Amino acid sequence: MVENRPFITFLTHLILIIGVLTVVFPVYLAFIASTHGPTDFMSGIVPLTPGDHMAANYGYLLNSGESTAGAPPFLMMLVNSLIMAILIAVGKISISIISAFAIVYFRFPLRVLAFWVIFMTLMLPVEVRILPTYKVVADLGMLNSYSGLVIPVIASATATFLFRQFFLTVPEEMMEAARVDGAGPLKFFRDILLPLSRTNIAALFIIMFIYGWNQYLWPMLITTEPHYYTVVMGIKRLASVLDGDTQWNLVMAGVILAGLPPVLVIIFMQRLFVKGLVETEK
Amino acid sequence: MQTKRTVFQSRVLPYFLLAPQLIITLIFFVWPAAQAIRQSFLRQDPFGLKETFVWFANYTRLLDDPDYLNALGATFVFSVGVTVLSMSLSLMFAVCVNRVLRSGRFYTTLLVWPYAVAPAAAGLLWWFMFNPSIGIIPYLLTFVGYEWNHRLHTGDAMVLIIIAAAWKQISYNFLFFVAGLQSVPQSLTEAAAIDGAGPFKRFWTVVFPLLSPTTFFLAVINITYAMFDTFGIVDATTSGGPSQSTNILVYKVYADGFIGLNLGPSAAQSVILMLIVVVLTVVQFRWIERKVQY
Amino acid sequence: MASIDVESVGKVYTGGVRAVSDIKLNIADGEFIVLVGPSGCGKSTLLRMIAGLETISEGEVKIGSRTVNNMEPADRDIAMVFQNYALYPHMTVRQNLEYGLKNRKTPKAEIDTRVAEAARMLEIGQYLERKPRALSGGQRQRVAMGRAIVRKPAVFLFDEPLSNLDAKLRVSMRGEIKRLQRRLGTTSIYVTHDQLEAMTLADRLVVLNGGKVEQIGAPLEVYHAPASTFVASFIGSPAMNLVKGELHGDKLAIGPSMVGLNGFAPTSGAVTVGFRAEDMRIARADEEALPFRLEYTEELGSQRLIHGMIGDQLATAAVAPDAELSPEMRLAIDPKRLHFFAADTGKRLPGHVPAQAKLAPAEPVI
Repeated sequence: MVENRPFITFLTHLILIIGVLTVVFPVYLAFIASTHGPTDFMSGIVPLTPGDHMAANYGYLLNSGESTAGAPPFLMMLVNSLIMAILIAVGKISISIISAFAIVYFRFPLRVLAFWVIFMTLMLPVEVRILPTYKVVADLGMLNSYSGLVIPVIASATATFLFRQFFLTVPEEMMEAARVDGAGPLKFFRDILLPLSRTNIAALFIIMFIYGWNQYLWPMLITTEPHYYTVVMGIKRLASVLDGDTQWNLVMAGVILAGLPPVLVIIFMQRLFVKGLVETEK
Repeated sequence: MQTKRTVFQSRVLPYFLLAPQLIITLIFFVWPAAQAIRQSFLRQDPFGLKETFVWFANYTRLLDDPDYLNALGATFVFSVGVTVLSMSLSLMFAVCVNRVLRSGRFYTTLLVWPYAVAPAAAGLLWWFMFNPSIGIIPYLLTFVGYEWNHRLHTGDAMVLIIIAAAWKQISYNFLFFVAGLQSVPQSLTEAAAIDGAGPFKRFWTVVFPLLSPTTFFLAVINITYAMFDTFGIVDATTSGGPSQSTNILVYKVYADGFIGLNLGPSAAQSVILMLIVVVLTVVQFRWIERKVQY
Repeated sequence: MASIDVESVGKVYTGGVRAVSDIKLNIADGEFIVLVGPSGCGKSTLLRMIAGLETISEGEVKIGSRTVNNMEPADRDIAMVFQNYALYPHMTVRQNLEYGLKNRKTPKAEIDTRVAEAARMLEIGQYLERKPRALSGGQRQRVAMGRAIVRKPAVFLFDEPLSNLDAKLRVSMRGEIKRLQRRLGTTSIYVTHDQLEAMTLADRLVVLNGGKVEQIGAPLEVYHAPASTFVASFIGSPAMNLVKGELHGDKLAIGPSMVGLNGFAPTSGAVTVGFRAEDMRIARADEEALPFRLEYTEELGSQRLIHGMIGDQLATAAVAPDAELSPEMRLAIDPKRLHFFAADTGKRLPGHVPAQAKLAPAEPVI
């Protein structure tokens, strides 16, 4: 920033404020809508100020859901989503960090092959293999289960590559000193490498948690029993009742509920989140 | 390939460490992909009793199918639309945030959180806002004489999903643009200022060209995102309609395969998508190799 | 406490790159050996082979009487001090010191005693509960040494430990290392590229170049009787002057000038002649001397270095700080102080040893 032209500063702030409003407005509207009663939309336009049905709407959703639309109590779905997201995040991080450790700190035949097999997963997002993967999961009897929700999704290359890249920057002498100090590979991993990886693990956990929470296609495919539904699936089901009967206030309440946890995570862990995002894309 | 200067001597341990990831990859990634490829060369009879090997018949059928070509077109329009809209808006925000310094973190927090919103949720939010009967935007549009109805107008539907997808992606692009802008040495803009260039000129002639690695990288990422991560948006809103106008490739695979149970052609579509991903991934990694230092 | 035998050790990397060839070295128990040479000469590689961090392609390394070629570093009874300290950043100083002992299941009481002792010796007691990032470079280096000391190993290995410190700190740490080694009496191998460090620390020097040993000897031996032009120019500062000359009978011709050798000529024909700056002096009017065209001087305070040309070759001489200077000078040297090397191989020519080198190696002063 070189000159100090007040007009430009004003313009800058104006753009940013408009930007923030554009980004925030849909959610604001959704929140407003979620606080109104079922008949408040009949007038034809959406209200802009909060209504008085907030407790009623949210309570209703959380406790009894909308079974006519196939949405079980939201509380249950929130719990499912939470379990799934945590399992996915933990699962991805665990198997990736040990794979990265193996690839970086050992030399063995098939090392390069293993690396490329892992790399291949980047080119096979679930969307391009839905039917056959579904078949495999069904054959293994993993439909409608946490293992089916979680396991097929946790073998990701991004985490492995991130850890690999990080391990490559750990000074050589760290491992040599540990070796001289009598630490074998597993001790070194536990005593030294893991503590050094703490921030990376935390940052990655945030990204993976959000990824896991927002899973949509896969849970939709493999769960047919309502008590395994996740909350992101749930809101779609709420909304997919014939349009005339869509209870938008409830749908919006659902959207807020579904979106709140990951958004809170980002806002409170912003620095770690940004770090995780930037690191995983290198 | 790079390893450490010194490695551990154990020959058995690495295999155990790699086993979980490799086993899952083989069972849930490689094997299904192979199955999809195999399936794409087969045709099942209507009763599901027999399979015949039909070489590339499924593929040629697809390329002759007007619905598939329509899906290709829709995907193209969608991807380009999302990429251009999202990247230009986030670039603008990034430039502004870069200028304000102190309040930067405040604005950043407010602009970053849509990343957390699930695509399906984002779709529903904008669907609500665009709802022909109670949505606020159609209401405002009537003042300029436009009747919005994404259930009837194919263009409206496409605009809806483009906006929803772009809205969600703004945070991601924003963060990377901010990082990219900060890596442009201040001495260069100062030199340009001394050379008499005003702020807009400086941006277009000095900053933007230096930003090109970031821009290119984000373009590839955005196209990949638009093609694959937006399933939820379409499923939650238009379900590919009206009349196939928003039936992007990734949605069509699901619709034909899961709902229509049309295995051969759906597998062929999957394989084509796979090839597209491969191309995009190769481009991404070729480009990143030039950007990254270990 | 152990002797070390390096028997014809060599290292070849996959791909055929040879780092080290045929190193033969016998180190007595308690000796302080310095491996010195320019970057890439193989000194670190050799040290790491002894440590067990690099595999040994050829030959054998024995520590004590055990051949250690296939033993893990942890089993060789060695401790290492790294150039970058290699302290575990997430552990306190105390935990860093304890780590190696804990892995060997040393009893807690013993660990505490050793840590306290090392802390006292190195004066790091007040830092024990701090993390490495709260310490200065010198303090970190002392912790790194403490980590080696608590292990009470048979051998200390130092890999350029002072390279990351500033000049003044380097000098004081050098002295500390020397004192420590004397006190503990542990066999030590120290790698450096700094010839001054090598000269001041070593009981014996090993000068390496291109993966091969150029010379092994006590510092003064190597200084006064360098075995090759490489050693001659590497050891000592300012570097030894090396000029081309020709021997005719017992006269040495350097360019157009002639110097009588009083019968010391080792051979005849072309040779490389070496002479140290401090062995040159301004000639008296009646002496045989070499013409010297002065180009510039460096004032060191205790002496004056004059740089110029003898004929068409560069040379440097060290003279008294108040010596008289002129553009054309005449420099004399005692023929007994000349070093002769073969013009083609650079190896020292036999049959001529400068008087100084006849000194016996000094007894270690405790």
